[in-house]
Amino acid sequence: MNTTSDHSQQNAKSAVLAVAKRQLLQDALFHRVTQLFSLVVLVALLGIIISLFVNALPTFSKFGFKFLWYVEWDIIKGEFGAAISIVGTILSAGIAMILAVPLAFGIAVFLTETCPVWLRRPLGTAVELLAAVPSIIYGMFGLFVFAPVFSEFLQVPLQSVLMGMPIVGWLFGGATNGLGIMAAGIILAFMVLPFVAAVMRDVFEITPVILRESAYGLGCTTWEVVRKVVLPYTQKGVIGGVMLGLGRALGETMAVTFVIGNANRLPTSLFSPGTSIASVLANEFGEAEGLHFNTLFALGFLLFCITFIVLSIAKWLINRTEKSKGL
Amino acid sequence: MTMIQKMSDTALYRSRQRANLIGLTLSMFAMFLGLAALLWILFVLFSNGFAALDITLFTNDTPAPGSEGGGIRNAIVGSLMIVGLSVLISTPLGVLAGIYLSEYGDTSKTAEFTRNVTDIMLSAPSIVLGLFVYAIAVAPVGHFSGYAGSLALSLIAIPVVMRTTENMLRLVPGSLREAAFALGAPRWKVSLMVTLRAAKSGVITGVLLAVARISGETAPLLFTALNNQFFSTNMEAPMANLPVVIFQFAMSPYQNWIQLAWGAALLITLTVLLLNILARVFFREKVKS
Amino acid sequence: MPNTNNTNLKNAIEIRNLNFYYGTFKGLSDVNLNIAENKVTAFIGPSGCGKSTLLRTLNRMYSLYPGQRAEGEIKLYGEDILSKSQDLNLLRAQVGMVFQKPTPFPMSIYDNIAFGVRLYENLSRSDMDDRVEWALTKAAIFNEVKDKLGQSGLSLSGGQQQRLCIARSVAVKPKVILLDEPTSALDPISTAKVEELVSELKADYTVAIVTHNMQQAARVSDFTAYMYLGELIEFGETDQIFMKPTRQETEDYITGRFG
Repeated sequence: MNTTSDHSQQNAKSAVLAVAKRQLLQDALFHRVTQLFSLVVLVALLGIIISLFVNALPTFSKFGFKFLWYVEWDIIKGEFGAAISIVGTILSAGIAMILAVPLAFGIAVFLTETCPVWLRRPLGTAVELLAAVPSIIYGMFGLFVFAPVFSEFLQVPLQSVLMGMPIVGWLFGGATNGLGIMAAGIILAFMVLPFVAAVMRDVFEITPVILRESAYGLGCTTWEVVRKVVLPYTQKGVIGGVMLGLGRALGETMAVTFVIGNANRLPTSLFSPGTSIASVLANEFGEAEGLHFNTLFALGFLLFCITFIVLSIAKWLINRTEKSKGL
Repeated sequence: MTMIQKMSDTALYRSRQRANLIGLTLSMFAMFLGLAALLWILFVLFSNGFAALDITLFTNDTPAPGSEGGGIRNAIVGSLMIVGLSVLISTPLGVLAGIYLSEYGDTSKTAEFTRNVTDIMLSAPSIVLGLFVYAIAVAPVGHFSGYAGSLALSLIAIPVVMRTTENMLRLVPGSLREAAFALGAPRWKVSLMVTLRAAKSGVITGVLLAVARISGETAPLLFTALNNQFFSTNMEAPMANLPVVIFQFAMSPYQNWIQLAWGAALLITLTVLLLNILARVFFREKVKS
Repeated sequence: MPNTNNTNLKNAIEIRNLNFYYGTFKGLSDVNLNIAENKVTAFIGPSGCGKSTLLRTLNRMYSLYPGQRAEGEIKLYGEDILSKSQDLNLLRAQVGMVFQKPTPFPMSIYDNIAFGVRLYENLSRSDMDDRVEWALTKAAIFNEVKDKLGQSGLSLSGGQQQRLCIARSVAVKPKVILLDEPTSALDPISTAKVEELVSELKADYTVAIVTHNMQQAARVSDFTAYMYLGELIEFGETDQIFMKPTRQETEDYITGRFG
């Protein structure tokens, strides 16, 4: 016997069932859509590799592997080699890391060990804000302010004192206008320093307090605690952070382009002008055509490969650190 | 003499103390150097930038080579439009992708791989991204465009938003999710209306940081939006923007151009710093409550 | 089968040969149990005995996590909820759950209650208002929040938040309400209020409650199941379990010899 309340119960039940069915569909859609979006990054990566390679192909097929060490950059004759810009990239990034890493280490130690507690947050924030300043600002600073200072107070005196010397003399030859490989390296160091310092500080802070306290409890000095407990514990993370900084330094455009001098020849001394892959791209892309155009893509491809490898190693190292801490 | 007194007299102990003093002093010195560098750069930026600050900066467009005065109005508007569009693209994309990684991506190998690739893309050279977008969005249509510029900036912003969203969502306790499931809510409602809402402030912080990051990027715009000497709101054509204006003007021989470059540099830096500070304050406020 | 139901009582849930696995670890072994309609059934036992595990099989909350699985049969009013064809969302709309830690959603108090209702019912504004008021009243919290329904659920005290969660579960009119140590995070006064609530709820709902507090089980429940290391040791009317347990293990636990 079907009463009206039975009917309305039936209706309510089938309404609810309809909702449930609709929800299953919605959930399936949601899953696929979000999954699709998450693949955008992978698609972009693939796209980058493919499009760079395809556009670089004419250059690669013309020069083959020789392209990597060919020292030549003649736009008119169509003879190009990557050696000049690769050398400039590696030199400037190398100088930057040599200068920045010890300083970053010092800053990280200061912020985690010696700094008075009330000062830690403001100073730490200052470092992080520095890391956020766009690199073109560093470039302008380098060109307009640092170069003249560098020239007058460092290059000229260094050159007059050291140039005559055996072995190291040749390092300090060349123009003293404040631009060049060394200048680019120093400005890059300015730029990379806050970033690496922040990463190192974050990594140091994860060291368990108990480990530190055990060392202090044995009578270790602060410096010993850092060297013998914190550093070994965070070793992989620190190296990972350094490599992250290196990856950024290698790929940096603006901080370098302003001060590297933009001369397409191999540097003969620290003060010579040179060029990096990124700066060549920034300067010459606008008017490039034909093989020149393809060569710029080839350089871009090389830069991408180099930084990708460096960053992958960095990521692997940082992953290993986190795994060993059970994170 | 007790053993402790004996120990503290030894040369070994004294040299340890010395090493400690040297090490810590050096680290303090490093901090001072770092701070000095920051202050120097900011001082240079502010003094040169303020000299250029003038109402005409905002009312006039970029001047032709050799002509006097001028402003950067077209560049400001152009940057706002390009960055704005980029935020519109990358926020929903990045947030939904981050939701996927957090809510569905615990066991999938693809998700783990995606995470690693995203982290690498975070630090990838932006000039290469500019080349890529040139190849797919400029060359095929034969001209530069504001749209291409937004696309390039989005490729930088998406990884940032993705990772922050995922990290913030993971911080939401599992019991909150379970409580929503326990009412019979479908997964998409749990994710969007409960979990995402709980992580709202962290996600917004991520978006603010992404905006700060892309506001200062020059290299990707060099090959996509290029620049435009005149005022234009046409995204299909080359568009003026602050970073490229700085690049072109700073390296030029014209005095007024260089001054405009400083003005633009100051504007960008203030924006970026403000966004960063806002993100921090906002996040801290929400976490406190 | 340790089940001393009166034949007058109808069973809301019938559990047969239930085994539960966390990966390779067996969390529940061969559990057989009836949960009577409109009565309060308590699960007690020392930490790790499987009482929460058992509770969470009743609304298949474990299905959210790969690697956790259940084998056997659980019949909710005759339908086996462990079958693959069971719609989980529908199940959970009929079997509600309140958790150990209060979990108000990041929304207003009103929306917290309305959230669950809106999932399956299309109510007009005034009907929804009525339902919200009804649910909050049933959870004995309406008078405390009636003037601030628009405020965030997070602005309430711990005890109020938990009663809000109970109101939220009640609002969707489920058949069964599961309570997983609902008062362990609360102060004694809030605990007393929630216990009072539990006694009132059974008039309209079937209640299953997990508690590590034996006295609480004795106070609020009609039936008690004592569990140990994943097995159901003894089950019966609460009075009988606490005054004259038939198994030595039960007596040891109740008299505090261990646990």
